[in-house]
Amino acid sequence: MDRPIRVVVAKPGLDGHDRGAKVVARALRDAGMEVIYTGLRQTPEQIVETAIQEDADVVAMSILSGAHNHLFPKVVKLLNEKGADDILIVGGGVIPEDDIPGLIEAGIAAIFTPGTPTSVTIDFIKNNLKRN
Amino acid sequence: MFDKEKIAQVKKATDNWNDTVIAKTIAKFPERKPEFKTSSDIEIKRVYTPADVEDMDYERDLSYPGEYPYTRGVQPTMYRGKSWTMRQYAGFATAEESNKRYKYLLEQGQTGLSVAFDLPTQIGYDSDHPLSEGEVGKVGVAIDSLKDMEVLFDGIPLDKVSTSMTINAPASVLLAMYIAVAEKQGVTPEKLSGTIQNDILKEYIARGTYIFPVEPSMRLITNIFEYCSKNVPKWNTISISGYHIREAGSSAAQEVAFTLADGIAYVEAAIKAGLDVDEFAPRLSFFFNAHNDLLEEVAKFRAARRLWAKIMKDRFKAKSTKSMMLRFHTQTGGSTLTAQQPDNNIVRVAIQTLAAVLGGTQSLHTNSKDEALALPTEDSVRIALRTQQIVENESGVTETIDPLAGSYYVENLTNNIENMASEYIRKIDELGGAARAIEKGYVQQEIQDSAYRYQMEIEKGERVIVGMNKFKVEEAAPKGLLRVDPIVGELQARKLADLRSTRDNAKVDAALEALKKAAQGEENLMPFILDAVRVYGTLGEICGVLREVFGEYQQTVIL
Amino acid sequence: MDIKAGLLNGDKRACARLISLIENEDAQAVELLKELYSMTGNARVIGITGPPGAGKSTVTDKLAKLLRKRNKKVGIIAVDPTSPFTGGAILGDRVRMSDLNTDPGVFIRSMGTRGALGGLSKAANAAVKVLDIFGMDYIFIETVGVGQSEVDIVKLADTVVMVMVPGLGDDIQAIKAGIMEIGDVFAVNKSDRDGAERTATEIEVMLDFNRGAAYRPPVVNIIAKDNNNIDKLMEAIDDHYEYMQNSGNYKIRKRNSLKTEIIDIFKYNVVKSIEQKSENTNIIDQLVELALDKSIDPYTAALRLLKELRSTES
Repeated sequence: MDRPIRVVVAKPGLDGHDRGAKVVARALRDAGMEVIYTGLRQTPEQIVETAIQEDADVVAMSILSGAHNHLFPKVVKLLNEKGADDILIVGGGVIPEDDIPGLIEAGIAAIFTPGTPTSVTIDFIKNNLKRN
Repeated sequence: MFDKEKIAQVKKATDNWNDTVIAKTIAKFPERKPEFKTSSDIEIKRVYTPADVEDMDYERDLSYPGEYPYTRGVQPTMYRGKSWTMRQYAGFATAEESNKRYKYLLEQGQTGLSVAFDLPTQIGYDSDHPLSEGEVGKVGVAIDSLKDMEVLFDGIPLDKVSTSMTINAPASVLLAMYIAVAEKQGVTPEKLSGTIQNDILKEYIARGTYIFPVEPSMRLITNIFEYCSKNVPKWNTISISGYHIREAGSSAAQEVAFTLADGIAYVEAAIKAGLDVDEFAPRLSFFFNAHNDLLEEVAKFRAARRLWAKIMKDRFKAKSTKSMMLRFHTQTGGSTLTAQQPDNNIVRVAIQTLAAVLGGTQSLHTNSKDEALALPTEDSVRIALRTQQIVENESGVTETIDPLAGSYYVENLTNNIENMASEYIRKIDELGGAARAIEKGYVQQEIQDSAYRYQMEIEKGERVIVGMNKFKVEEAAPKGLLRVDPIVGELQARKLADLRSTRDNAKVDAALEALKKAAQGEENLMPFILDAVRVYGTLGEICGVLREVFGEYQQTVIL
Repeated sequence: MDIKAGLLNGDKRACARLISLIENEDAQAVELLKELYSMTGNARVIGITGPPGAGKSTVTDKLAKLLRKRNKKVGIIAVDPTSPFTGGAILGDRVRMSDLNTDPGVFIRSMGTRGALGGLSKAANAAVKVLDIFGMDYIFIETVGVGQSEVDIVKLADTVVMVMVPGLGDDIQAIKAGIMEIGDVFAVNKSDRDGAERTATEIEVMLDFNRGAAYRPPVVNIIAKDNNNIDKLMEAIDDHYEYMQNSGNYKIRKRNSLKTEIIDIFKYNVVKSIEQKSENTNIIDQLVELALDKSIDPYTAALRLLKELRSTES
């Protein structure tokens, strides 16, 4: 694929810790992707609308408040309802290992916890896109 | 301080040593890296000598503990007199649970309370607001009204404890609730001691729990300064925070620079509001991070104290020495903890504790080893507290004051950090002050550049994080993490519905209307907020009125 | 996905996908635009430009909200620069438009400037057509007014709003050179700040120099974040549009921009076919070698390329 991959980097929920999201956004850009950055305090509805209007290949979300079990699956559900099931969804943040299987089950393709090198995230995205 | 001839001799001898012994050694055994640097990008020399501090004047630059410019500490006897306050930040889900935890911590020998609020509370939404969904009780206690606050401090005599509340945008509302609870206990406001964070600028920079735009936020802050100087004199009205700036990825020097630049903005705002500098400045306190680079951290604390003293004396013409003293709380660095091999975090926290203590902190929170994974359990909180107690009682570093003073390296680093911070402050002044520099995204951009550089250093292996990018092991997922019951949100919502149907709603409406009028005018808002709180107006209702009048802050994103 | 049906039925996904296909130079997209071209021409196109930090996104956000109150549908195309080194980009304009996101009558799309060759203005132009067909009443194109390619983009607009801000210092000078001229309406944002009056005066002085009498761009003081004078700004935009209609200048502008568009597409196709041809025959490299030897000059080389192209097309 020679077109740039388009990624929505979003901060759902109310926590304001965007260091990780911003570092990932920069790293994705440096890997040649087009990163649509949403800013803080995004509702699942806002994230889904952004992903659709931007025709994103990927939605990457970061949460550090512990609200991931609630908010991540909601984004997946809303995207599916809109027929946008060809978007790869990944998540990151302070997320306990125990919660990961449930999130994967809910349709999050991968969860990147603190300490994950950005190169791992980049490779995962490149290798797991749902469309060409 | 040093004899000029002696210094010349030392310089010559050092050159000689580098040219002969070192040149020969390096030729055979090269050093580990081509250059050695601190987090602030300060180059570290092989060895430091008197020549690196040749301009130091002991009386002028260091002086004695409790004496200007306070490089060596703000109290004359420091930890020989009294240990620092061990203050663990804690708050869990509901007021009932948190109350239990506070009582436990007080029994364990903790000497001050620290309240963490959940995000809806920090952003001024009630628990039943749509945006609160999934967040209620997650990172701290949910407080919707005075009812919750009464439960939170039930059985804790507010004239006996000092309480630190991590609350910013709605700080005036939570402080009002605290005062109202005290009233019910029969404790008058002048007996209350504690701290509210109340530092909105760093919320815009790094932490993100802002509500209102810059101007009305600064007004709320100066309203608190004024109100407390008259009514709650022992209250620390602001904790100007570098902690979150560092967590967002800044260097040590940037932490000092941006924190003090914020401090300057608050002092300017208060003076502009007609307050006398020596009336409110003694109640300003600071909040810093402690990272692993032990000696740079110690130098950072010393540099911050000296620079602030000069700023208060020279720039703001403060007369009271209390206005010049930078008193600070420290928390060990959350971002330094790894999810991998979490037990290693105990060691990191111990080093950071040493840094804070050698740096002369007034109070300290030590992180628990599992905080990179979730909220800490009771066991890990105890280890964190024990870490402080070991440093206090067994390490010996508390027996003399500022023991690292006079180290050529530490003094040189202290100078370097002070100079770098001054340079940043000059640049921020040029941009029109901290608030303007933040609106332009300058401060955020500087921090993000540091954060990105740091991340890339780790990924390239130039910076080793033990257990994460080196010395890795296969490990099983940790068990027994604390989790918050998802029904807390429902519980709080039910309590709110109950409250709204039992309180005197006419009184609430009247109080909110009065607050609105006052907000549209110029009056101090604290008495109006207190009135609304007393009749059980909720946090969301009070902040809602202010949102209506003030609008909301729009973040500046520059990547 | 049936893009055509979706586009005509108000499906945002279809609209979004078509814009992607255009950006990716997909042949299917061109076919669809050919087919639906007659449906364009109903939207008012407003360009928003100005130096970095002037508050363009906030201005766009507030204007869009005003139009939504008047029940108009609004499309927004926000352009940010692509890194020439990595081909990546950070598109951050939506941050300022968060609460427009979920409004069913609003469609926001971020675009990177991507490659050279006027490719962006071509893509932006096509994206405007898509939003026009999609039924938007107003379409905003927002770009940083720093380079020629950005200027080319906003030139597509019926009305160009130049957003300025006090205290930019030397930036104003940089903007002046060749770019200020395209402003039909000037907005001085953050007009409560020191130096706002000076900025407005500087613009007026510049306007004194540059224009004849027929139409003088108005200078409107606004504070976008407080929604202050946004209605005045909209009025100025409407006035300009009306003037353009009444004076006949609208037709002239449309004619000019169509001419530019046709020539751009033509140039693009020519270059593209030569590149494609060269992929097989290496003809460009061969000509380069010859010119390096001085056995041919670049002028003749270019003519020979053109001949090559014709010979394959006939």
